Order: sequence, then C-alpha cells, then structure tokens
Amino acid sequence: MAYKIEKAEEIAENIFELWIKAPHVARNAKAGQFLVIRINDKGERIPLTVSGVDGDLVRIVFMKVGKTTMFLSTLGVGDFIEDVAGPLGHPSEIKKWGRCVVIGGGVGIACLPILAKALRDSGNEVTGIIGARNESLILLKDELSSFCDEFVVCTDDGSCGYHGFPVDILKKKLEEGSVDCVWIIGPAIMMKITSLATIPYNVKTFVSLNPIMVDGTGMCGSCRVTIDGETKFACVDGPEFEASLVDWDELMTRQKVYTEEELKSRELFEDHTCECGGH
Amino acid sequence: MGKRKPEERIEDFKEVDTGFSAQDAVLESLRCMDCVKPQCIKGCPVNIDIPGFIMAISKEDFRKAADIIKADNMLPAICGRVCPQEDQCEGTCVLGIKGKPVRIGALERFVADWERENGLLRPEVKDKTGKRVAVVGSGPAGITAAAELAKEGHSVTIFESLHKAGGVLTYGIPSFRLPKDIVKTEIDQVLKLGAELKLNHIVGRSVPVEELLSYNAVFLGTGAGLPSFMGIEGENLNGVYSANEFLTRVNLMHADSFPEYDTPVLKKGRVVVVGGGNVAMDSARVAKRMGSEVTLIYRRRKEDLPAREAEIENAIEEGIEFICCANPVRILGEGSVIGVECVRMEMCEADADGRPCPVPMKGEDALFTIDADVVIEAIGQSPNPLLISLIENLERGKRGNVITDDETGLTSIENVYAAGDVATGAATVIEAMGAAKRTARAINEKFKD
Repeated sequence: MAYKIEKAEEIAENIFELWIKAPHVARNAKAGQFLVIRINDKGERIPLTVSGVDGDLVRIVFMKVGKTTMFLSTLGVGDFIEDVAGPLGHPSEIKKWGRCVVIGGGVGIACLPILAKALRDSGNEVTGIIGARNESLILLKDELSSFCDEFVVCTDDGSCGYHGFPVDILKKKLEEGSVDCVWIIGPAIMMKITSLATIPYNVKTFVSLNPIMVDGTGMCGSCRVTIDGETKFACVDGPEFEASLVDWDELMTRQKVYTEEELKSRELFEDHTCECGGH
Repeated sequence: MGKRKPEERIEDFKEVDTGFSAQDAVLESLRCMDCVKPQCIKGCPVNIDIPGFIMAISKEDFRKAADIIKADNMLPAICGRVCPQEDQCEGTCVLGIKGKPVRIGALERFVADWERENGLLRPEVKDKTGKRVAVVGSGPAGITAAAELAKEGHSVTIFESLHKAGGVLTYGIPSFRLPKDIVKTEIDQVLKLGAELKLNHIVGRSVPVEELLSYNAVFLGTGAGLPSFMGIEGENLNGVYSANEFLTRVNLMHADSFPEYDTPVLKKGRVVVVGGGNVAMDSARVAKRMGSEVTLIYRRRKEDLPAREAEIENAIEEGIEFICCANPVRILGEGSVIGVECVRMEMCEADADGRPCPVPMKGEDALFTIDADVVIEAIGQSPNPLLISLIENLERGKRGNVITDDETGLTSIENVYAAGDVATGAATVIEAMGAAKRTARAINEKFKD
C-alpha cells in the first residue's frame, strides 16, 4: 500500500508542499497532530506536522535540509510515498480562549492555517504573526491571513512587512493586555526566545516540539523531552507543551545527536543525484 | 542442532543456530518415548500434540508432522526458535528427569523449515459467517487470534501501527535469532486465510474508537511496547537508548546498514547494556555485531539472569562482558554519554518469585565508574497506553495492563477482548499465542450464541 501524491509545489525558497492521498489520516487529523512518513523501503521514518486536510488528502510542508527532505522535494504529482501513518499526538487544545495569537517561524508557519481555522471556528479572535529571514521564505501568507482577524508578516531583513522578529509584535500585544493564549511554532531556538516574552504576563503559551522520533507511537522513547523536570515522550504526551515548562537546551542538544550521520547521508545523496542528473 | 562459530557470527546478522538435518531430526525423534500421559503437551502453552508430530518425524512423514503442529500453532518456525522450551515442553519431558529431554524445539523448527522449503499448504477455511472482527496489533497475539478467527470464516481486519507486520517479532527480536523472511512467510500464511492487514493504522487515531467498537468483536493485542527508564540522572544525554529504540532502529529500520538505509544509530566504541533478560541479551549482541565493546550490567547474581540460558551462553561466547550485582546510579557526560556510575549490590532475602532482593551497598567503595559512549536500558516494557487509555470504561490494572477474564480474555467492555502482553505485562511469544488462541475460541463461542 503506497500513498499517492496528488499535488506538489515549491511554495517558498526550498520549501515544498505535498498533498498526499491518505484517507485514514486526513479524515481523522486535527490541528496540532502530526504524521510519520517513510518514502521507500530504505527510508527513515520522519514526523511532519499535519498542515492541512482536504477530503482524503493531507498536506505536509517541509524545507529541503537533509537527505529525506531533499528526496521528498524531487517527488511530484503521481509519485508515491511508501508509508504514511497517523494522525499522531494529541490535538491542540482548541476551546474558546478569547484572543489568541499564533506565531510561526520559518517552515513552522505551515502548522498555523489549520490551527488558526480551528481556533476561529471555536469563536476565538485570532492574530497571526509569521516570521522568516526574508521575503522568499514566507509561505502560506494568503491562506493563513484568511483565518486571522489580524495578520502581521515579519522579516529579519525587512524585505517584507515588519523589519524585525515576531516576538517584537507579540510583546506589544502583551503590553496592551490583549492576549489570552499564544501558540508558537518554529525552530526550537525561536520558540524558546519568543516564549520567554509571555512568562511575565502569565499568558498560556503552547509550543510544538520537534525532537527526533522513530515510530511516533510511544514505543521507543527517542523523543524524550523534559517538561517541568519530568521526562515525557513528545510523540504521545505532546507534541504541544506549555512553553515555560520545557527544557529547551536539552531538546536542542538531543536534536543534534545524529548531525554527523545526517551530513554523511546528505552528501552521499547529493553526489548520487549529481552523477545521474536528478534521479 | 549446531551453532555457527562466535568469531564468524559476530561479523553478521545471520542466524546463529543452524538447525537439524533430516537425518538428525529423525534420530532425535527416535528418543521420544511416546508416553501414555505426555507431560510435554501440558508444558506447551498451545498444547501441540508433541508426541504425535515427533512420531510422524520418526516415520519420515514430515508433511504429516507439519499438519499436526499447524493444527495448534500457525507460527511453528517462529516458536521453534524463540520459545523458552527449557521451561515448557522440554522442561516437562520425562527424559529430562534423568538425562536430556527430547529437543522438541529444534524438531518443531526442523518441521516448519522443511514445510517452508517443500511447499506450504493452506489450512481449510470455513464458509463466511458475516461476523466482523477487528484485531489490533500484528504481533504474536494478534496474528494468532487473526488466524484462528479467519479459519472459522469470520471477516478479520488486522490493524498495525508500523509499516511492517509482526510486532516484537519484527522490531524486537534480532534476525540472528529469528530471520525476518521467516516471520514474513508465517504472517503471509495467516493472511492467506483471508485476514486483511492494514499497516500504518494507529487504532484510536487513524481508526476512531467508535469505529473500532462497531465491529462484532475487538481483539486487543497491542503488546507491551512502552519502554521503562530507570529514572536516574543523565538519562536524556545523547547516546542513551531504550532497548526498544536501539533494536527498532536496527531490526526494523536496518540502521546497521546505514547509510545504505537512511536510519542512523550510534555505533560507538563502548556500549553498556543495563538489564538481564532476553531483550538485554539481544541488545548486547546487536551492539557487538556493529563493532562495539559491550558490557552488560545486571543488578542480581549471574545465576538469577532471567534470559534464556542458551542466549546467555551465546552472549558470553560472543565476548559480551558481564558485571553482575551492580546497578547504574548516574549516567555521566555533558551533552553526550561518557560513562556510567554504578553501585555494587548485595543480595538480601528472596522476594515472592524466589529471587534475592538486591540492595545497594553503602560507602565510597561500593561505587565504581565504567566508560561508555552508548547506554542501552533493557529494564522492561509495559503496555502502551495510546489506544487503551482512549477506550472509555476499559478497566486497567496498576501496571497499565488491561484486565481480562483468564479463560475468555474478555475485558470490562462487551465484545472487547485482550490477550498477550497487553493483558499480562511483558511475557513470552508463546504465552501470548496461547492466550490469543483461547481468546479466539471464546469469541467463536460468543458468536455461536
């Protein structure tokens, strides 16, 4: 059983979206959950957040960084992915919070539309703030803004929208006292720094953790994270946790455990694709 | 039955035991006394007609021997390899009282391998009953239940969360003990009975609980897949694995063949394995095959090691160093593991199982440190709560296991049954199969009402 790619597009520089036909995932997935894919028989299992659903199709968005994502980026409409398992993890805590701010950094922006929509459908007022290094890395802007009452784009270099970081905008909103709940999704360092801003205001702040996983079902413990001094499995206890309780340094150290191997795998893949012209 | 030489076998993942030739099997079968009251059958959790199949071997009718085994056990090539026969059929064989018992496990394996090489026959399947059964998990319990229920003509759907069927047979037990093509062949046999297999389906998530409960009967065979950790300092350093993760990376994902396969595993110099069961032996021997120096730490005495004797012997032959009466208290390192601090243990009064209770010794001298780049914790698993915590009103015991009726496997919810490790906590393949078989029978009976 393999899963067919129905739509494929590069939606920002080196960032791709794939819509995959996987009814068992699409029909049951909720905001905040993830899926695990394995491209082929020799592939690794990687977790990716469910970025959208449309009938029997489920969307994943990824940046080309390692071998698996490079390989994924070469796949197009009509190609197959060997395995798609999910949805996994607990859904986001969707209820009537009041005024919600959803913040996305880099490829993490892809997690926001489904979340913003769910929050809005539950009667919340939603502010979307997204940040990237420059304009070419901004993704899903129109889609996300359609689910937001207020929407701000930030770039590090000022090439689009506000010149600065999402945390600057968040701080302003917190000072105004107009925030009841915050979601921050992006690279670990960005989630760590951005979430520090909400601590003095005691505003509920969720982050979606992305440690290394294998099965994604609680079987291996590869995704151990320390939350409030206690070990949790991000795959089954998360992936969303309250930001102030996360041991960020441990998470970032654990994300680097296979740096050497990842580099080797990537180099071999690049050498191989150069020799035979993209295949 | 022979074994490959240690220096040769630590170079690869091929099977260690080489099995009986036809001649060896016939000779061994002649040792069976064909007792009037065979004790071996009582020792077998699925009550195979052991003297019956051994007599068939002695007459060189291997096909008949296979049919006799298959009447009670759909997975003989697996059981012949991984059952703890010394505690079961061979443990109760009367020849064992004064000498050596008949080597029943090796004979079972011979028959299963012979049948695989000479053509497998599909057992009879009864007419369709129209009853739908959901089997959750494709490990030993799920596969056995699926086979028994499919043979009765029920429509069976097996849900497996991983991308390969087999559960612990696939991700847990290494191929040098249980070759994966054998697991696949035996599972394929079950699927040929008409059971449908849905991979990548996490019941509770991909299949909502309401949908699950709409089946005429549900069989939970989700096993004991949640790894335990010691809860000591340094446990989340890079280089610390649960045995489940380490074995899954290698057995299921082929990390031993990285970078040909994409999944990595740390293959560093010094590996410390914590624990003394079969999973600990498997982890140690896998690490050895990837070129590491391996030390195993166990908190009780050597004679208390819960692993099968043959596996302990194999591990020793392969150069695994054992440190008994010691327990890790702290994993050392910054970012990554560099060592393990351990405390020596002394043995006090026996506990309820008759095993001595280990207590840490006091004083500076009791502590010692060993260098390590990788630490693998093989200290046990408990039932994975993912699905069972989502089913409302499903009664569970203190250890997270699903509470079932001993005879029928029925849980606190009507039409929901459970067997194997999810009900008992981590145990053996054959015990899970035995319980699954009894439970499948109970489901059949229920359908007749």
